[in-house]
Amino acid sequence: MSPRPGFVMEVDRSTPPTLFMHGEGFRLQSLPVGSRIVYPPEALPTVADIDGAIRSALVDPVDSEPLSALLFPGMRLTIAFDDVSLPLPPMRRPDVRQRVIEAVLDLAAAAGVDDVHLIAALALHRRMTEAELRHAVGDRVYDAFAPRGQLYNFDAEDPDALTFVGETDQGEEVEISKRAAESDLLVYVNINLVAMDGGHKSTATGLASYRSLRHHHNVRTLQRSRSFMDQHRSELHSSNWRMGKVLRDAGVKIFQIETTLNNDTFPPPFDFLQKREWEWSARDRATFVASSKALDRAPNRVRRSVFHAVRAPHDLTGVAAGDVEAVHRLTTARVYDQQLVAVEGQTDVLTLGLPYICPYNVNSVMNPILVMSTALGYFFNLYRGRPLVREGGVLIVSHPTPWEFHPVHHPSYIDFFEQVLSETTDPLEVEKTYEQAYAEDEWYRHLYRTSYAYHGVHPFYMWYWGAHALQHLGAVIVVGGDTRAVRRLGFKPASTLRDALEMASDTVGRDPSITHFHAPPLMMADVT
Amino acid sequence: MIAEVLAGRRLFVTGSTGFLGTALVERLLRSVPECELVLLVRPGRRSSAAQRVRREILRNDAFDRLRERLGEGFATETDRRIQVVAGDVSLDGLGLDDEGRQALASCDVAIHAAASVAFDSPLDRAVEVNLLGPARIAEALQSVGSTAHLVSVSTCYVAGNRRGRAPEILVSDTPFSPAVGWREEVEAARRRRADVEAESRTPPLLARFAKAARAELGAAGVPLLATKAEKLRDAWVADTMVEAGRARARALGWPDAYAYTKALGEQALLDVRGDVPVTIVRPSIIESALAEPRPGWIRGFRMAEPVIITYAQGLLREFPGIPEGVVDVIPVDLVVAAVVDAAARGPADPSDPPAIVQVASGSTNPLHYRHLVDLVHGWFSRNPLYDTKGQPIVVPRWSFPGRGRVQAQLERAVKTIDRAEKALSALPLRGTSARWSADLEEHRAAAARALVYVELYGAYAETEAIFGVDELLDRWSTLDAADRERFCFHPAVIDWDAYVTEVHLPSVVEHARVRSTPGTRSGPSRTERLRARVLSADRHLAAFDLENTLIASNVVESYSWLATRRLPPGDRVRLALRALAEGPSLLALDRKDRGDFLRHFYRRFEGAPVDQLDEDAVQLLSHLLLAKSFPAGFRRVREHRRLGHRTVLITGALDLIVERNLGPLFDDIVCARMGVTEEGRYTGELLAAPPTGEARAQAMADYAEAEGLRLEEAVAYADSASDLPMLEAVGFPVAVNPETRLASIAHKRGWLVEQWSKSPGGPRPLLPIGPMTRRTSFAEAGRGRHGAAR
Repeated sequence: MSPRPGFVMEVDRSTPPTLFMHGEGFRLQSLPVGSRIVYPPEALPTVADIDGAIRSALVDPVDSEPLSALLFPGMRLTIAFDDVSLPLPPMRRPDVRQRVIEAVLDLAAAAGVDDVHLIAALALHRRMTEAELRHAVGDRVYDAFAPRGQLYNFDAEDPDALTFVGETDQGEEVEISKRAAESDLLVYVNINLVAMDGGHKSTATGLASYRSLRHHHNVRTLQRSRSFMDQHRSELHSSNWRMGKVLRDAGVKIFQIETTLNNDTFPPPFDFLQKREWEWSARDRATFVASSKALDRAPNRVRRSVFHAVRAPHDLTGVAAGDVEAVHRLTTARVYDQQLVAVEGQTDVLTLGLPYICPYNVNSVMNPILVMSTALGYFFNLYRGRPLVREGGVLIVSHPTPWEFHPVHHPSYIDFFEQVLSETTDPLEVEKTYEQAYAEDEWYRHLYRTSYAYHGVHPFYMWYWGAHALQHLGAVIVVGGDTRAVRRLGFKPASTLRDALEMASDTVGRDPSITHFHAPPLMMADVT
Repeated sequence: MIAEVLAGRRLFVTGSTGFLGTALVERLLRSVPECELVLLVRPGRRSSAAQRVRREILRNDAFDRLRERLGEGFATETDRRIQVVAGDVSLDGLGLDDEGRQALASCDVAIHAAASVAFDSPLDRAVEVNLLGPARIAEALQSVGSTAHLVSVSTCYVAGNRRGRAPEILVSDTPFSPAVGWREEVEAARRRRADVEAESRTPPLLARFAKAARAELGAAGVPLLATKAEKLRDAWVADTMVEAGRARARALGWPDAYAYTKALGEQALLDVRGDVPVTIVRPSIIESALAEPRPGWIRGFRMAEPVIITYAQGLLREFPGIPEGVVDVIPVDLVVAAVVDAAARGPADPSDPPAIVQVASGSTNPLHYRHLVDLVHGWFSRNPLYDTKGQPIVVPRWSFPGRGRVQAQLERAVKTIDRAEKALSALPLRGTSARWSADLEEHRAAAARALVYVELYGAYAETEAIFGVDELLDRWSTLDAADRERFCFHPAVIDWDAYVTEVHLPSVVEHARVRSTPGTRSGPSRTERLRARVLSADRHLAAFDLENTLIASNVVESYSWLATRRLPPGDRVRLALRALAEGPSLLALDRKDRGDFLRHFYRRFEGAPVDQLDEDAVQLLSHLLLAKSFPAGFRRVREHRRLGHRTVLITGALDLIVERNLGPLFDDIVCARMGVTEEGRYTGELLAAPPTGEARAQAMADYAEAEGLRLEEAVAYADSASDLPMLEAVGFPVAVNPETRLASIAHKRGWLVEQWSKSPGGPRPLLPIGPMTRRTSFAEAGRGRHGAAR
């Protein structure tokens, strides 16, 4: 039986309560009759012979010679790969990056290539720990390269490891990893979880420094990216594509390998989270009751470790290799295949149940700033055409939003929350007044380079990520969140969904249209 | 006629900075326009006698009325009519110089109102001032050849603990007069002081003070502990002398040293007065003014006032007293009028026995104790004080138990709290729970205060003597209508209900600066004000301690982390557990002397390879320093830097742990440094004394001097009493998550206290164990090679 597509269901009297993710937990909510629920498509079938598919992609790439033809003895080969922020949740071993990298290394060995570097393309994200690197590339690759210093995290603050490549026709500076830029071949191994990932963004963002990133990671660009999940209408992507051209013109040779995964997000016993409620079995119901009761009683710390131990069963739906742009066209089509759901018309009120994880808190804490960026940055932008919620509409988010931060991973976030957001939440004001000081701060730089901290400027990017939504929305209400933290974000706290809908009526009137975006699993609304 | 009689006269006045004296000076200046005053004032430590007169007397609000009347002329008028002479009634010859003696000789009347009025004065102090004071005035007058009329202010309570009538006669003429010679008492008191001073310096007592100082301050270093011990010795001497005074007074039948020395002072005066004519004026308990200079005027926080306020704060659940007994209170302006009248009247004949005038209310217009208590209770029920949360305080109803019972109850309470306090300070508490101790101390202070009041003043609420005022009334009968109006001293004019509720209590509440309005205070809190001062651009140096000030970790944890990093799994847990199990004994050593502790502990690094440890130490940043950091503390360091202050970390932690990891956070780091052998291994011995205790204060002083910075403008952050030398050395100390002892010290001294905590989302490993790598640990290797690992 082929997987069923995503669809929009109207709530009537017989509709069972709807599942909302709620951080490290979940809630059942009754939506008013007449509300719409957008369900994601079911998981697409995966590639049967994954290693075979990868090998044939390398042998028969698009718009490129086969990889083996690009390899020669004495060459400098660099393999860059997506960092710990992908995929979500982290996938079961073996990670698809490991499979691809092993295949590439086999070819390199066969071609007599000795000078190989592997770089985690993390831009201004935190460095990956040994365990995380081992998970991504596998123990065999790790043990062969890491001890010799040939497998490492990208360091965007090491002046000796960066090279200035040039400027785009719009004056955007391109500064990326020196090793990558000066290699005879750069192979980029990507995981394309959402439509935003991949393409020229892989190298132009993943291996770039602050000097380069600030040209597209800013309020103006992100407010003009509608959405940044739709590369044809995304200023973020246009900028990255211009930078990609600069790289190509400068002679940086990139062999892009992009992979797509299906949306099989939760392993048993949590697999009921991706089923439609009326199809829950007795066992699913029992699991729901037992796990929600247990989670309610557990301390945050315990709940967090339960959820962060989840390894997703999602697997490969396709792999393409070769020229960056040609590969990315194929990839984008595959992502759309898995994720697009046609929705007719916008809504007054959009409701979201936010999960426990986003790209920036793997093995960490989803702090209030990440709650903002996940809701207003990621989920709000999961649309093509028009935003799911109308201009001036209300976004209702369900998340506990605890006033908690990971002191090692997010030190600049803590200060951003205490010092910046206590003064203003306006993205333009935030950018103008505070960004430079955080970006050039010696202490944050030290932590980014020697510890496992996100770069000093990263919380700003998180805030800018939501800039388009902040401009678009009439109000944001957070259900079940820490009141003080929610207010600090500039949002309104509500204790129940019913209260939140009541509060929304101040903005959208007494009888609004309501739509619930039933993710995860991730999907993308194609709004007409 | 009083004003006319005193016109053109010069009056010598002692005690003018006191409650009665200020009122007296004011009344003489205002109501006797033509008289001149010579004020005997003791020079202060930093101010001359004349300055004290200007600041402490003429600026008092008693003079508002006169100042208003005279306007610009106030200063000229007071300058013209007041001559200030420096002197001291506790010195023979009053400590007068030639000019002072001339001034004294020029006077027609001397009014002696100086006294040590505290009921708990040390015995010798009370003897010097109260007992010898009046006699010294008389002798001084004789020595300058003056026979000026001496009006000496005494007290009704010279009558002692007696029941029934206490007429206006000499103490020696009463049947119950104790047969003691005042000269012997003076000798004995002086000898007692010498004995107590000597005893306080005996080894057992000195050891006790040293122990108590250590208990209060902890390992604060020798100089601080010595200063504290000396303070404790002084306090012990004072306490012992107070107790000696109380005991002697009670043995002879007086309620306290005040009444006892005053009584003997009258005798001494009569014995030495020679040709000097004397009038003794004996007021009872002097309280706020009935009408002059304005209703309710009061100076100082005296006898009944603290009791009343403590009661209104709900802290005095019980107070002894005889409900039907008489509380003999007399408003200050009535006493002043009686004194001025006595001065104007002059002695009938110098050879007559001295006149004695009692100014008291009990015999003509009695205020019964129960009535007073009801008035006070009623008034505070209608006009309650408010607690810190802005809630009204409900005042208790007293049931008038005996003094012994109340005293016993309070003593028990103080003891219980004492014990709880000791128990608390023995616990390793920090942060908010350390505040318990400060709170408890406040409770203890409140209970102790209540106890003192009961001990001191209980007797006055239980007095059953009725003070006769026949002489006073005789004098009243000779006054004309104008004088009766202007210098009213008839006790019957007091309407007690109105006086207590409309005059006295409002004035007491106003003076006590207590919260008498509901609601919470607006504006910046005390902490915010202190913080703004710490973060002012005027500061230029901020010094930080590390452990428990910026991170919730210590040297034992970092050692354990480093040592376990390269051990096989089983050994890792064992080593970490062993380090933890040693915790209490290490803690005890740490408490005794931090420097010794570090020296002892760092020996464990002996034989550790430098390169391996340095490599691992970098990982400590993420796993220990950041994971256990107080983000608010790190932010504070950076705030200081942004303000342009020099930031310096002063810690006993090792260079290899802090220098690379925390270097970018500070301008400078002062830390412990370990020696290295030629083979590239650590020696386990420090190159110099670690910066702890006084060494830390010294390190900071050295640093400031080298950098040209001043410690008065410096800020220091620390968490423990052993950091006191550093905190005390700077102008702006900040106690961070203080442990019990430091919490109460910071509370007492008004230091900024910051409660910084770890980020709630941080990882919390059970044991300080480094993540595994596959090489051998120095602790493991060391055991084989050096046998050094313990």
